[in-house]
Amino acid sequence: MNPLRLVRAEPGPAFTVTLDGREIEALPGQTVAAALWTAGVTSWRGTRGEARPRGLFCGIGVCFDCLVTVNDRPNQRACLLPLHPGDAIRTQEGTGHDE
Amino acid sequence: MSEPTLAVIGAGPAGLAAGLAAAARGIHVTLIDSATEAGGQFYRQPAPGLGARRPQALHHQWRTWERLRDGLRSHVQAGRVRHLTDHHVWFVERRGAADFTVHALLGPEEEEPAEVRADAVLLATGGYEKVLPFPGWTLPGVVTAGGAQAMLKGGLVLPGRTVVVAGTGPLLLPVAAGLAIAGATVAALVDSADPGAFPRRSRALAAQPGKVAEAARYAGRLARHRVRGLLHHTVVEAHGTERLEAVTVAALDRGGRVRPDTRRRLVCDTLAVGHGMLPHTDLADALGCRVDGSDVYVDEEQRTDVPGVWAAGETTGIGGSALALAEGHIAGRSIAARLAGQEPDPSGWAAAARAREKLRAFFAAVDAVYAPPAHWAEQVTDETVVCRCEEVPAGSVRAAVRELGAGDLRTVKLLTRAGMGWCQGRMCGPGVAGVAGCAETAGRRPFARPVPLGVLARAGEHGDLPEERDQ
Repeated sequence: MNPLRLVRAEPGPAFTVTLDGREIEALPGQTVAAALWTAGVTSWRGTRGEARPRGLFCGIGVCFDCLVTVNDRPNQRACLLPLHPGDAIRTQEGTGHDE
Repeated sequence: MSEPTLAVIGAGPAGLAAGLAAAARGIHVTLIDSATEAGGQFYRQPAPGLGARRPQALHHQWRTWERLRDGLRSHVQAGRVRHLTDHHVWFVERRGAADFTVHALLGPEEEEPAEVRADAVLLATGGYEKVLPFPGWTLPGVVTAGGAQAMLKGGLVLPGRTVVVAGTGPLLLPVAAGLAIAGATVAALVDSADPGAFPRRSRALAAQPGKVAEAARYAGRLARHRVRGLLHHTVVEAHGTERLEAVTVAALDRGGRVRPDTRRRLVCDTLAVGHGMLPHTDLADALGCRVDGSDVYVDEEQRTDVPGVWAAGETTGIGGSALALAEGHIAGRSIAARLAGQEPDPSGWAAAARAREKLRAFFAAVDAVYAPPAHWAEQVTDETVVCRCEEVPAGSVRAAVRELGAGDLRTVKLLTRAGMGWCQGRMCGPGVAGVAGCAETAGRRPFARPVPLGVLARAGEHGDLPEERDQ
């Protein structure tokens, strides 16, 4: 069983986005975090202080742990932001403004 | 003059129940919510693009949701309710006794402002999960139990293949059951609570046979999926370098201390952890509403102590969706009467009031049983990061207390930056308080979320607001 089968999902056509240039697939309506989890990625940020890996934590927009750079906009919450075809996700280092 | 208007903030069970009750009684309701679909966290819906034909497989009390959803739909069609989605409210401005402006940011970018005028406001802002720190809790793969559930319900994704669900509280049962039926291997359900404490509070339990049956159903599901229950146990440490690889759990003694001879390692790629919930009180606090402990104070009609402001659901105290529905219904009816200039008749909502009383008693009992282990802070090593945003280790917090004399959360924050980051102490507040050995106080935040300075500078400068476009 997987969650899509459990709810008998018939998603719209999958589309491609990139994570650090690598192509991954996303389903319509999925957030950045959902697509990254599906691709087996759980970490997409290095902290400002000690560059520790971070990914999703609270999942509902409260904690700001899942910050990520999308289409050159840093500090987007991956758990809230829905993806669109062609979006470029980048692992965020530091404040996200250094690059 | 147009009919009286109510702004409902939050489209979860409390906000929906209140909005429907008020709209049915002639009030023009604007329902303002940050999500793209109504339902809140409890009835979080999969994105429409995912085409879920049977979303109820991940839900509880689906018929109640259908009633709320259909009610909302018909009121929206009739023009009695305006449903503003993707609106992130950061402040409610009280301009007079019956003159409020709700300030929101349009999502998901949260840079464009929107303002809504209303004669009365209902705060139905819900709650969020409390997680106490332990070594390794910042590793990717460690998520809140509610977060794992939200990602499952909304995005139809699993956090990993092998999950340990841990902490304490009634949320852990549905989270573990949901993950298991959706295909994850749940290696263990670890709860620090002592289930033996329940019989001593049997009166509150007996008053809620439905809740007992609900727990039994979840327990049955977990048994079918062969989920091991480790009661009176706690997670001592999460292991891994780049991501979670295993957790160490241990049994607790009667005093709530870890029994060292009982440590064992469980291999897993995900830890879904939670230690109860906390209400969102920022908007209420900024409006000047009384907040008792962590809960917004309300009277029998769900009125706060600020005229024109009502509150319902988790924001008045954590108590689940059934209580939120009862409180929302009462609030909606009270608001409808008060805005029409009438004294409300409480006999009209007697059934909801009885449900509210019983559920509050039930959750008081639940709270007492599902307390985190008494000595959890002893397991937090000095190196453990307690404030996730500012990367403040427990050792700094302890030094601030021992060497610099900090005796409250605010002083600890000023000396260490714990609670000064993005989340403004929402996640670390209880953890820092526990490590510092000071009282857990509700954070006082002028705004409920980060606001761009440009938006802040222009807020409220419109003398006469253009009516916001309907969605």
